[in-house]
Amino acid sequence: MIGYILRRLVSAVLVVIATSMIVFLLFTLGPSDPAQRLCSADRCTEERRALIHQSLGLDKPVVEQYLTWAKGVFVGRDVSYGPGFSVDCPAPCLGISYINKEPVFPTLMERFPATISIALGGFMYLIVGVIIGVLAARRRGTSTDRGLVASTLIISAIPYYLVALLAYLYLVLKWGIFSETSYVPLTEDPIGWAGALALPWLVLTVYFCVTYARFSRGSMIESLSEDYVRTARAMGVSESKVVAKHALRAAVVPVITIFGIDFATLLAGTVFTEAIFGINGIGRTALASITQGDLPIISATVLIGSVFIVIANLLVDIIYSFLDPRVRLS
Amino acid sequence: MTTVDRTMPEPVVAPSSAQQEPFLVVEDLTVQFPTHDGLVQAVTDLSYAVELGETLGIVGESGSGKSVSSMAVLGLHDAKRSRLEGSIRVAGQEIIGASKSTLRRLRGNDVAMIFQDPLTALHPFFTVGNQIVEAYRLHNQVSKKAAWNRAIEMLDLVGIPEPQRRVNDYLHQFSGGMRQRAMIAMALVNNPKLLIADEPTTALDVTVQAQILDLVQTMQKEFGSAVIIITHDLGVIAELADDVLVMYAGRAVEHGPTKEVLTHPEMPYTWGLLGSVADVVSDTSKPLIPIPGTPPSLLNPPSGCPFHPRCTYQDHVEGSRCVSELPLLRPGPRGESHLKRCHIKDPETLYQEELKEEIMG
Repeated sequence: MIGYILRRLVSAVLVVIATSMIVFLLFTLGPSDPAQRLCSADRCTEERRALIHQSLGLDKPVVEQYLTWAKGVFVGRDVSYGPGFSVDCPAPCLGISYINKEPVFPTLMERFPATISIALGGFMYLIVGVIIGVLAARRRGTSTDRGLVASTLIISAIPYYLVALLAYLYLVLKWGIFSETSYVPLTEDPIGWAGALALPWLVLTVYFCVTYARFSRGSMIESLSEDYVRTARAMGVSESKVVAKHALRAAVVPVITIFGIDFATLLAGTVFTEAIFGINGIGRTALASITQGDLPIISATVLIGSVFIVIANLLVDIIYSFLDPRVRLS
Repeated sequence: MTTVDRTMPEPVVAPSSAQQEPFLVVEDLTVQFPTHDGLVQAVTDLSYAVELGETLGIVGESGSGKSVSSMAVLGLHDAKRSRLEGSIRVAGQEIIGASKSTLRRLRGNDVAMIFQDPLTALHPFFTVGNQIVEAYRLHNQVSKKAAWNRAIEMLDLVGIPEPQRRVNDYLHQFSGGMRQRAMIAMALVNNPKLLIADEPTTALDVTVQAQILDLVQTMQKEFGSAVIIITHDLGVIAELADDVLVMYAGRAVEHGPTKEVLTHPEMPYTWGLLGSVADVVSDTSKPLIPIPGTPPSLLNPPSGCPFHPRCTYQDHVEGSRCVSELPLLRPGPRGESHLKRCHIKDPETLYQEELKEEIMG
């Protein structure tokens, strides 16, 4: 078991290193010249731009640049952009913003709690989706079941941002069911926190639970027809326990696998949700950085996102081995 | 092996009615499944009875209704997807139309089932012990610890080595034979009065088959229970069963004491089954005689005798009665206990004089 986790851990670290290289390469080979961006527009001479270029180390080979950057991730470094202009970037240093010249990592960490808060909605759609899916599987072939399948098709045909926008338009602006509140940290005001997140959570749940409902429905129908479910019935297990214990246990395994990746994507930044409901999280920050061409923030977001997905995969693998004892041997 | 704990709670069904009739009585059982393509007539007008301490063998090809009829005994058919008619009584308790709670009390307690292929029939995600404990605690109000001890005792009883350790294993850690033993341990944990073994040895290699059959027999003697063994292996029937019921296309086609039916078969389908058994001891050169054709569709069963499209003995019956008229299950020339469903007037003479040589070699 420990060997299994260790092997997974090693491959996860390798994936993160490979991702960081790709992100770095995209960053250096990209069309945007960092020196140009850091050089104040009105007073930028060619000389000054060249100086910044040199002090950033952009004239050195890409491999050396990467190693400098990688070292900074672990021990921190001073990012100097021209003589007399230097920013102390403590570990983990992911570069400095072109706009406010501040280290990227602390800025993103500040935004992070808001994104985590939104991502908690993921658990809601998982739970709601699985419950609906199980009920539909139990009523397979009935009008309730057909209604569910039809509504999942309709909802998945509508883009998420449209649903979120309409929800905001009607539920907040037109009918005033939800008030127009801004995000407050959980530690400051738990009720305000939940109040501000209620609508994003609702929209996420309504939109994504149908996918999970359909997915768990299929998985559940399959496991309800398994021989071991028939054995449980033949031993006198009550129908509710057959469903909730014997069949669901097997049916949730593939659902959890999908959810792990999905949840990581949520953590990496819920761009639409944050932008539409005005919550200052990772996604909104990344969105703003794109319009401002603030490359270090974008690449840091991509990197953090990939780390989340790798961690989620790792967790899914570990959870999987607890759910399915057969995995532990391999 | 340890002895079996006899201090079990009394079964829920009243024992008084069991004295008047056999423990299990199936009367005119018909099981049908409505599908998009039409009505599947899985079992039609099936009747049999099993006494405590006796073994009934049900034999027939795949799709002949063997498993469907025995699953009906446990009330395992979904009422929404099946139609059941007739009567099934377990110790006098009617099963068809019984309430869910009645069925639940009966299942795994008075009547237990051993399924074919334990790799799929037991849960892959729970330990073997866990599943036996659950089966035991469903019908006995005992502590978890007592139930675990019971599970270990049962695994020991069915001959699993180091039961204290193996009780915590998962199914995939067991070998094929041990899985079937575990399945039997689980089925027997509540000392069932009726044990239904649905092709218990099909997935196993022959040496393990013999051990498992031996085990079923030992268990039956120990518990004095009634056993139904479903198989397509006549060797298993000859070994274990007191009575044999041959099924074809959802109907009983021959029914009687095992020795009687195997030595004086009166129905061409049974002849076919006997001719398909390989004899590896006395005469290996004896050719196998396959039954021509394939089992009939249960959506559109053949007219007349369901076996007529594959029957090569129709010239022994006048006219075309085989095609037009369903023969009744009636006693043949050898007495009341031996029933057959066939139009042939004197099958005994035909078999003994013309076929026995060819079939038995």
